[in-house]
Amino acid sequence: MSAPVITDIAQAEQGTSLWRDAWQRLRRNRLAVFGLVVLTFFVLIALLTPWIAPYGYAEQQLALGATPPSAQHWLGTDIYGRDLLTQIMYGGRISLAVGFIATAVALLIGVTWGAVAGYAGGKVDAVMMRLVDILYALPFMIFIVLLMVVFGRNMLLLFLAIGAVEWLTMARIMRSQVQSLRQQEFVEAAISLGLSPGTIIRRHLVPNALGPIIVYTTLTIPSVMLLEAFLSFLGLGVQPPQTSWGLLISYGAESMEEYPWLLLYPGLALTLTLFSLNFLGDGLRDALDVRGAKD
Amino acid sequence: MLTVENLGVSFVTRMGTNKAVDGISFTVETGKITAIIGESGSGKSVACYSLLGLVPQPPGRIDSGRALFHGQDLLQLKPQELRKIRGRDIAMVFQDPMTCLNPYMTVGKQLMEPLLYHHKVSTEQARARALELMAEVGLRDPATTIDNYPHQFSGGMRQRIMIAMALINEPQLLIADEPTTALDVTIQAQILKLLASLQKKRDIGILFISHDLAVVADIADQIVVMQEGRIVETGNRDDIFRNAQHPYTRKLLNAIPRGGKPVELPASEPLVTVRNLCTWFRSGKSPVKAVDDVSFDILRGEVLGLVGESGSGKSTIGRSLLRLVPVTSGQVQFDGIDVTALRGRELKNLRRRMQFIFQDPFASLNPRMTVYDTLAEPLLLHGLETRKTVGAHVLQLMDDVGLARAFVRKYPHEFSGGQRQRIAIGRALATRPEFVVADEPVSALDVTIQAQVLELMRELGREYGLTMLFISHDLAVVRQLADRIIVLNKGKVVEQARTEDLFERPQQTYTQQLLQSIPGRALLDIN
Repeated sequence: MSAPVITDIAQAEQGTSLWRDAWQRLRRNRLAVFGLVVLTFFVLIALLTPWIAPYGYAEQQLALGATPPSAQHWLGTDIYGRDLLTQIMYGGRISLAVGFIATAVALLIGVTWGAVAGYAGGKVDAVMMRLVDILYALPFMIFIVLLMVVFGRNMLLLFLAIGAVEWLTMARIMRSQVQSLRQQEFVEAAISLGLSPGTIIRRHLVPNALGPIIVYTTLTIPSVMLLEAFLSFLGLGVQPPQTSWGLLISYGAESMEEYPWLLLYPGLALTLTLFSLNFLGDGLRDALDVRGAKD
Repeated sequence: MLTVENLGVSFVTRMGTNKAVDGISFTVETGKITAIIGESGSGKSVACYSLLGLVPQPPGRIDSGRALFHGQDLLQLKPQELRKIRGRDIAMVFQDPMTCLNPYMTVGKQLMEPLLYHHKVSTEQARARALELMAEVGLRDPATTIDNYPHQFSGGMRQRIMIAMALINEPQLLIADEPTTALDVTIQAQILKLLASLQKKRDIGILFISHDLAVVADIADQIVVMQEGRIVETGNRDDIFRNAQHPYTRKLLNAIPRGGKPVELPASEPLVTVRNLCTWFRSGKSPVKAVDDVSFDILRGEVLGLVGESGSGKSTIGRSLLRLVPVTSGQVQFDGIDVTALRGRELKNLRRRMQFIFQDPFASLNPRMTVYDTLAEPLLLHGLETRKTVGAHVLQLMDDVGLARAFVRKYPHEFSGGQRQRIAIGRALATRPEFVVADEPVSALDVTIQAQVLELMRELGREYGLTMLFISHDLAVVRQLADRIIVLNKGKVVEQARTEDLFERPQQTYTQQLLQSIPGRALLDIN
């Protein structure tokens, strides 16, 4: 290798930060970009819904009843004469919020918990992971019902409750990653430099465990959305006239023979989101793998 | 017996086509050992594996050539025809005996498998044959050990089992891919001897793949030197060693460590004193005594070599000195400070003054950090530089270890093994430590690179005024750098002497045995 002599760090060839580097590679992955665009589009719509929705979310036209898609109602109406497009837009707000917030909660707790347990090892690890096992064994429905009963029904609590259940697997994945990583010499090198355990976890372990974590995150978001639908169906989540994609789908499924569009369009919205998440997840995993083929 | 003509193999990936083997021709004669020598990436293994259809296609692709084995072109055979030849007429011995045996099958069953597959014999006959061969390759008491599982054998024993397995069908050609690289030196010497004697006795051909000229110096008849997919030189052993034509061959020969450093033992006080050091690891009822009552001094400014085979506790001693593993008992003093008792801030301050260089440069660098981040980390951590000023210091370090400054933003995977080791050395020296433990710093590297890195360490040692504990299994390497040498065996000190004295007048039998096992003694005699 030969290279020009440089005198200042700023002159060096750029590869700079992990994230900028990853972004470069992500941009070259068409499916991932597609996923990112679709997700951004949905999130934007969700944010702007109150201003751009064609109808109010509680607006009924009982006389109209269920109608197929038309010029006034692009995606048709349900049996109460509510505009389906409006419903999907408002439902998206709830579903996306649950998906992202609950997953973020799970990610935060799970990654921290797993990394600490995996790095500490020994008794600390044993105690921390037994706690995870106990929570695993707890029927989570009862757990959520309890939370709802004690604290009352509340959107934020729902997010937290789902997140609090989903972090368990995340913690396990993280722990096993960290356990194998900490055997590696670069961790030992970090110790011999005098780095504190916190810094080692943050700088050396977590970035190297990101691959599986990101993939699992993209799998968690959809499962969280479905969980919300299930809870709502039981009457523990969102209640009409508020709605979510999960709820719309379960209502749509009931009447799919007479009014197929009530199932089709919410289903399409959810599926598109899940596809996008998966594409983006795969793309991110590849992009964050610095060892992967480059240039 | 085997004639390879114009063999070309390439790998087709998204990144483009990579010619691994580029039109090579060689022959293997019956009753001779032909060695293929090359560094990593030279295509030596790919060439031999492709003969047996062991190169996965795709991504592999055989571009050209013929490989005539008894008049049959191996490259044209269908997989099922090849399968009949593989293991019957041509057998293989692989590098790592630890992973080549199925841990869930007894060695007897694994030995019998190729026999039962290729010939119509009864289980009893196969078993009898397996016992015979186990005795022939020097396994003690085969009748009782035949039903043992692989983990009950040592590495050297497993390699013997692999050889027995390869020979059980009386092949005419044995392909041995670095069969001794994963073994200790004394074991390596035994296995080489075994291979040579089996070859003579059975009058078969052996194709011996190795990265190390010294290893084949004792046994090869014919040597083929490969570089970047091409054969640069072919010749019989003496020709190659006495009278190498190609500059690359000469470079390889020169890279073989020989000779010592001129002794300039500084008369100074000890920097590190170790007294009655014990480091035990808990395992089951009785602890594993990795380091058992070891005492020695390291003088300021000297390089102390720590030599031993695997399991001798040499790495554990190095790690104990730097508090990377907890010490069970005993004392380690660094410049008058008791290392074993330190905690928190005091320990961190001490870490600035003593550093570790690891064996495997592929594992010792964080794959997600650029060279810049890796080198800046210790400087920032110990407050030696600020974010604003650290850049210049990092560049200075790159100069010191001989890396081009332009690569400062690159990630470890973009570098070769030797360059990575330079980064690791740079990181260890960043804080200007007084004491460095180097644990087999060159044993994962190609021979020519090994020589360069050793030279670099020697230079930097002088420049930085380092005191060094140099740990290695390879006496020849240690000899080049160390002022004094300690020989370890099973956690205990066997012998401690000045380098010259140790090589010329070894006192203990174990040391003598180690010295005898250094590969390529024949080669040293030639020169």
